Amino acid sequence: MKALEIEGLTKRFGGLTAARDISFSVEGGEILGLIGPNGSGKSTVMKSILGVERPTSGSVRIKGVEVAGWPPHKIARLGVGMVFQHSRPLHRQTVLENIALALTPDSLWRLLPDPATMAKARAIAERVGLSGVLDRKPATLPFADLRRIELAKAIARDPAVVLVDEPFAGLTARETGAFSELIAEMRHDGRAVLIVDHNVKSMASLADRVFAMYVGERIAEGPPQAVMNDETVRRVYLGGALTTASRPESAFKDAATPFLEVEGVDVFYDRAQALEKVSLHVHQGEFVAVVGLNGAGKTTLFNAISGLIPYRGVIRREGRSLAGVSPASIAAGGIVQAPEGRDLFTDMTVAENLDMGALRLKAGERTERLDWLFDLFPRLKERLRQTAGTLSGGEQQMLTIARALMTKPDLIILDEPTLGLAPIVMEQISKALERLRQTTDITVLLGEQNVTFALPHADRVYVLEHARIVWEGPPGRFAEEAGGRYI
Amino acid sequence: MARAFGPLLIALVVAFCLAFLPLWVSGYILGLLTTAYYFGVFSMAWDLLFGFANEVNFGPTFLIGLGAYTAGILDSLYQPPIAVCVAAGALAAVLGGVVLALPALRVRGPYFGLTTLVAVLILQNFIVVFADLTGGEIGLTVPDVISVSDKVNYWIALGFMSFSGLVLYGLSRSPVGLILQASGQDAVQAGALGFNVVKHKLASFIVSAFFSGLAGALMVFYLGVASVGTFVDIAVGVQVIVGAVLGGRRTILGGALGAIFLIGAGELLRPLGDLSNFIVSAVALVVVLVFPGGLMGLLGGSREAA
Repeated sequence: MKALEIEGLTKRFGGLTAARDISFSVEGGEILGLIGPNGSGKSTVMKSILGVERPTSGSVRIKGVEVAGWPPHKIARLGVGMVFQHSRPLHRQTVLENIALALTPDSLWRLLPDPATMAKARAIAERVGLSGVLDRKPATLPFADLRRIELAKAIARDPAVVLVDEPFAGLTARETGAFSELIAEMRHDGRAVLIVDHNVKSMASLADRVFAMYVGERIAEGPPQAVMNDETVRRVYLGGALTTASRPESAFKDAATPFLEVEGVDVFYDRAQALEKVSLHVHQGEFVAVVGLNGAGKTTLFNAISGLIPYRGVIRREGRSLAGVSPASIAAGGIVQAPEGRDLFTDMTVAENLDMGALRLKAGERTERLDWLFDLFPRLKERLRQTAGTLSGGEQQMLTIARALMTKPDLIILDEPTLGLAPIVMEQISKALERLRQTTDITVLLGEQNVTFALPHADRVYVLEHARIVWEGPPGRFAEEAGGRYI
Repeated sequence: MARAFGPLLIALVVAFCLAFLPLWVSGYILGLLTTAYYFGVFSMAWDLLFGFANEVNFGPTFLIGLGAYTAGILDSLYQPPIAVCVAAGALAAVLGGVVLALPALRVRGPYFGLTTLVAVLILQNFIVVFADLTGGEIGLTVPDVISVSDKVNYWIALGFMSFSGLVLYGLSRSPVGLILQASGQDAVQAGALGFNVVKHKLASFIVSAFFSGLAGALMVFYLGVASVGTFVDIAVGVQVIVGAVLGGRRTILGGALGAIFLIGAGELLRPLGDLSNFIVSAVALVVVLVFPGGLMGLLGGSREAA
């Protein structure tokens, strides 16, 4: 008898089939990786196992018991533990009390804390490496320890099946190693472990088998190495080959006074310096990429250009200083940001979100603009009546870019458009950007940590590192001169 | 655990000191405080739902009104012992609470609050329509009161508030209180830990309804009159809610503090006429906006905040 068995699982949301005829099983003492790009349906499968979603058809068996359609608490008590990606501990309680909570029986009459529970919680905390912080409040702990609390809660009731959602997101290399060991320990304890993540790479050394999904369907299954080499998986994840097609600076007419000039800009947050003597320029019609890791200062730079934060130094648009110009006027003047957090109106439909960008347009212009955008992002036309909150991450990103384009900007600033997206979705966005570059004279300033995404489109590249510009040049020279640290 | 019971100890010492107040102050002030103590129970019972179950009940007066009117009508019709009337009032509030909560807990987000609001309006209309039974808009005069002594009434209210505070606070800090808090914070994660979220929320609704109804029934036999304006009106519910939020969310005891503060401040400023309501409301607004931890947060420093 397998600990977890899924057979012919299908889940439909209205007309959308999020998972179609999915079947797999996990034995005790085995780790199965469930992978797939954003919107592939892996979360739907996970929620169906947890009981958060009720499968449209098919079977979910835990230790041989059919649980499809059961409420979450019954499934959990039967022996399913979940390590959530985002932890929501009780903030007024200590780490120990949070773990003890997971051990508390689901009774209305448990009015006094049970000393045996506390002792057991202490033992679990020790196993996951939290014994040094038992009496601290969660808010005072680093991110990695919060994940450990989640892990402790998940194994507290000694479950036969453990689901782990994106275990390594946000962890450093060293923490990833420690966390891998903890997950391997679950296998050693005889639990069936299901790891849900974007790609195989992160779990290649950990998983015994990998099950790959794409747009709701199974595309491959087998040992990690085999799945990584699978042709379908490679096509879904890696897409086509990329080439660069940069134009030299002399090709732009406004060589003397570039459209946007940033000169010696400093930004401080309290005492920490987020930008240090940053200078760059963007010509009319040029595509400029600012490449840098998380925390390098990209978003700070874009917020300074948009007038959202105070800075020292000069930022000029077509030769005129933007100092003292309000953020609203800068945006209305045509410098528009598609922010990193996407900032969509999640309760409004796609159409309504686009209309928010069209407020300044004339009626005729609006329709024309919409047609052009639907041509650029056909996906959005299909989703027009859906609320933005129900879109996949990639579709939300397309909508964010489309809404910014709707305003007919002179300069569009794209802040990390690929954040959290699977390669196939990146590819779709990448193609849209390429068409934008080739068919319009729009000016683009792109911030990215994903170099392979940024380089093919860029005419020029700046590398931002620890608040400073450390390299500038055409993408063709990037690999040779600055690429070593980034690819 | 000693840490968690510090505030309770302080509160009990304060309540003990308040018990000697009748030796010093006038009957008028005692009467005012008696009402304030009942409101304190209303607010504490409401905080159990708002602070822990994370459900905004816009209809505290539905539960209070059920308790008050059931006790009052029973007394005016059959004159059983007052204890029977009070028990019946508490029971009616619990039953009404269950009938309201069962369907309401199925809907998500703001709809729960709207459902409870509608319940208040239905009760209010019922009272006005069945005026023969309920006294309608004029109010229902009950034949009995617990005592004519303002001192005795004061002590009953103080004792009742202390008892309610003790039970509600203890409950909120108990393991089952933590389960309730986890259910309110994130139903999916609580479910994944094996907790039946609906069961725990329903239980909290029953406890809240019990104390609201009991307090409402006792207050009827203090005032001698049940009226819509005292027990059911939306404005009364708003005062209960403001008292709880002003005192400090998720503190239970703050509810008593906030309710007493509201009634006390309203009285002190009474010479200002209509302006007094405005000032009390403005102060309440400022406290809520500037100190989200409420009065309890202010008293306890940053320890209890967040």
